[in-house]
Amino acid sequence: MSGLAMPKPDDAVLARRAEIVADLRGIVPGEGVVDRVNEMRAFETDGLTAYRQLPLVVVLPQTVAQVSRILKYCDQRKIRVVPRGSGTSLSGGALPLEDAVLLVMSRFNRILEIDYPNRCVVAQPGVTNLGITIAVEEEGFYYAPDPSSQIACSIGGNVAENSGGVHCLKYGLTANNVLGIEMVLMNGEVVRLGGRHLDAEGYDLMGIMTGSEGLLGVVTEVTVRILRKPETARALLIGFPTSEQGGQCVADIIGAGIIPGGMEMMDRPAIRAAEDFVHADYPLDCEALLIVELDGPGVEVDHLIAEVEKIALRNGSTTCRISQSEEERLTFWAGRKAAFPAVGRISPDYYCMDGTIPRQQLPKVLAGMRELSEKYGLGVANVFHAGDGNLHPLILYDANVPGELQKAEDFGADILRLCVQVGGVLTGEHGVGVEKRDLMPEMFNQIDLDQQMRVKCAFDPGHLLNPGKMFPQLRRCAELGRMHISGGKLPFPDIPRF
Amino acid sequence: MTTFAPATAEDTLATVQWALAEEAPLEIVGHGSKRGIGRPLQCEHTLDLSKLSGVTLYEPAELVLSAKAGTPLAEIEKLLADNRQQLAFEPMDYGPLFGQASGRGTIGGALAANLSGPRRLKAGAARDHILGIHAVSGRGEAFKSGGRVVKNVTGYDLSKAMAGSWGTLAAVTDVTFKVLPAAETETTLAVRGLLDDHAVAAMALALGSSAEVSSAAHLPYPAVAAVADGSLGSDAATLLRVEGFGPSVAYRMETLKSLLKNAGPLEEFAVEPSRKIWRAIRDCEPFAGGSKPLWRVSMAPSAGHEMVMALRMQAAVSAFYDWQGGLVWLSMEAGDPEAGLVRALVEKHGGGHATLVRATPAQRAALSVFQQQAPAQAALSARLKEQFDPKNILNPGRMV
Repeated sequence: MSGLAMPKPDDAVLARRAEIVADLRGIVPGEGVVDRVNEMRAFETDGLTAYRQLPLVVVLPQTVAQVSRILKYCDQRKIRVVPRGSGTSLSGGALPLEDAVLLVMSRFNRILEIDYPNRCVVAQPGVTNLGITIAVEEEGFYYAPDPSSQIACSIGGNVAENSGGVHCLKYGLTANNVLGIEMVLMNGEVVRLGGRHLDAEGYDLMGIMTGSEGLLGVVTEVTVRILRKPETARALLIGFPTSEQGGQCVADIIGAGIIPGGMEMMDRPAIRAAEDFVHADYPLDCEALLIVELDGPGVEVDHLIAEVEKIALRNGSTTCRISQSEEERLTFWAGRKAAFPAVGRISPDYYCMDGTIPRQQLPKVLAGMRELSEKYGLGVANVFHAGDGNLHPLILYDANVPGELQKAEDFGADILRLCVQVGGVLTGEHGVGVEKRDLMPEMFNQIDLDQQMRVKCAFDPGHLLNPGKMFPQLRRCAELGRMHISGGKLPFPDIPRF
Repeated sequence: MTTFAPATAEDTLATVQWALAEEAPLEIVGHGSKRGIGRPLQCEHTLDLSKLSGVTLYEPAELVLSAKAGTPLAEIEKLLADNRQQLAFEPMDYGPLFGQASGRGTIGGALAANLSGPRRLKAGAARDHILGIHAVSGRGEAFKSGGRVVKNVTGYDLSKAMAGSWGTLAAVTDVTFKVLPAAETETTLAVRGLLDDHAVAAMALALGSSAEVSSAAHLPYPAVAAVADGSLGSDAATLLRVEGFGPSVAYRMETLKSLLKNAGPLEEFAVEPSRKIWRAIRDCEPFAGGSKPLWRVSMAPSAGHEMVMALRMQAAVSAFYDWQGGLVWLSMEAGDPEAGLVRALVEKHGGGHATLVRATPAQRAALSVFQQQAPAQAALSARLKEQFDPKNILNPGRMV
């Protein structure tokens, strides 16, 4: 583990491990408590595999009542808890702590109800993202957010991370597709928010929960919207001699009032790696390759394909192919979808970043990345959700070369600083987790961060749920609650008042 | 009674800091177009944010717009329309409901009330489009959240927390919204003469089809007669809006017509009348003006009419439905029995909530304007308020 400081383990908790294991067995009988080291190995990391840590104990509850009892038990005894869904987080959101119970929700794997008249599905949090689509596709429906880990990632984890995917410019993120949740607070209280109605009542607690990275509560049920599958989808594969032209093409497509179902860009190193791997027949003579997918009724798709083709040609595209069959469309996507493993073939390891930038800053950011690449002596390949400005630079490194992981991380941090400098953000969809935790001050000042931590205090005043994630430095709620009130006189005599 | 009207975020901060030091509660207003909603406030002082006005950033190709919170919504909508874009969440205009002129209201107010419109079914509400905020908390601290890009999961989404908080957590000074292209055209299909239950079935069928219906409302008599200058006549109208590019709209209308050919007599409204009808539904025209109490009920789309049917057995009500039946506008008295009845029936029919939108100050002081939440949720909401506004100086009691 490279230089990551996690909260100091509580020795008193470590000393009581046997007792805690026994007590948890009292709550979750049978196979639901895992405490042998060799069995806990499976849980020591998530999708951010550079970091590993064995938990105190793993517990896999099966009922909401068990989740509630576990959390209440831990809350009363000041034992930390790390929640985990499928463990696909790319930011270390489910990284265990030595003194924390790892609460694994994978046994909550049932779809509870499919409601077609209201077009929603009620699912337990351990159901996979794709599992929801599979449950409704026979009737012609699907669940729109599609993170690339959708085969494995859980819907509860999607809520925790506000997951996106290729289609989110048109169809929204998890937050826009969740109607209701049930969650358990650290004190064991069960709270239900929203439901099948469209406007959740009161404060938007569901909005706060979505993307809160397991720090506020444990989701035990999710109600999501489903949509009718579009009649058809077709894609264009467009190559440009420069990234500026590619970027301008994206801007012009949106300027023409077209919101494609998906719009992805790759730079030259990514194009080459993907082509070598899957032979999607990508043009190798371009600096930027754009995949634009239009979905909807056939007549609409045909109309828009023609529009996008015109825009591409106007922007100097050197290649512009239009998929003539479903097979060809999938071939266009094959390279993009395989971009990560393709990069994995040309480099022993890669480190995937996740900043978002205002799209027009793309050429500047790509140029900056080339400079950084030279400075650090590490290669970088870029895939880019072009419609919404979410960049995924893949930094190439070799973990077996001493110091190279650190170098890759420093390179990544510099890329994210660059994203923030041009008006962007640290993370578009992977979350802060442990990975970007220490970069939060690049985007937020102490007052901003304190106000976020105060929200945490409303949900979990003991900072027991997933501590060490998201916030660079934890402050006690009592300290955060203090106010510094100055003056009693109006300090601004020139404000108009009536 | 003092009204402070700061013209900058810094002066807004100074005002809140002063109020905090004095422990003098502030009523936060923009244009005051929604002042009649919520429990009446008894604040000695008013924080008027309408001078915090102006669009500070608009980049059509990036689909993003930032403005100071007091910027008139009408100004923003005009600017967007000039660029063939829109706030896709179609914020309703509460003015006519309270007998005021239409076209008032600020962008900050749209967020504070989490406004939406008939396109809610497809495009969501203000909460789904807010990207970032700057605000002053009741602690007298200026903070920000979010950013100016669509895809952002950096930190808790405090911008969403402002949506529907009615100014009780912080005084928002700046907002950044996602904007979207306006549809090239739209057409509305009406099925005439349906009873509520058949209308709800027809809407569910349409919404579940590939016609990509963006709005679905049902106007029974007499609500139907009060819409768009009576142009819909007096037969119940079940309305389905299709928006998009010309060829696509034409194709999807054909899909819809063949789907509903046996549902009842069909009628088609071209782009101009269609826009007029949906604006009327958005602004609740059937119940505009007047002082009769008005309730706004949000439920599962399939459940709204069942609740109304049960309600009719025990109270005099007039209703119409938006959001495929999931938004019920109810004209009904606002006494204790009615409040208890509608809320119990909402609960019985699958949950949701009923808000008393229009009533006399005395009625709004006597009843819960917003539906009371389950104890665990209410306690959590109270703790959240405490973390933003520990001295309860921002719109105290408005959401009670």
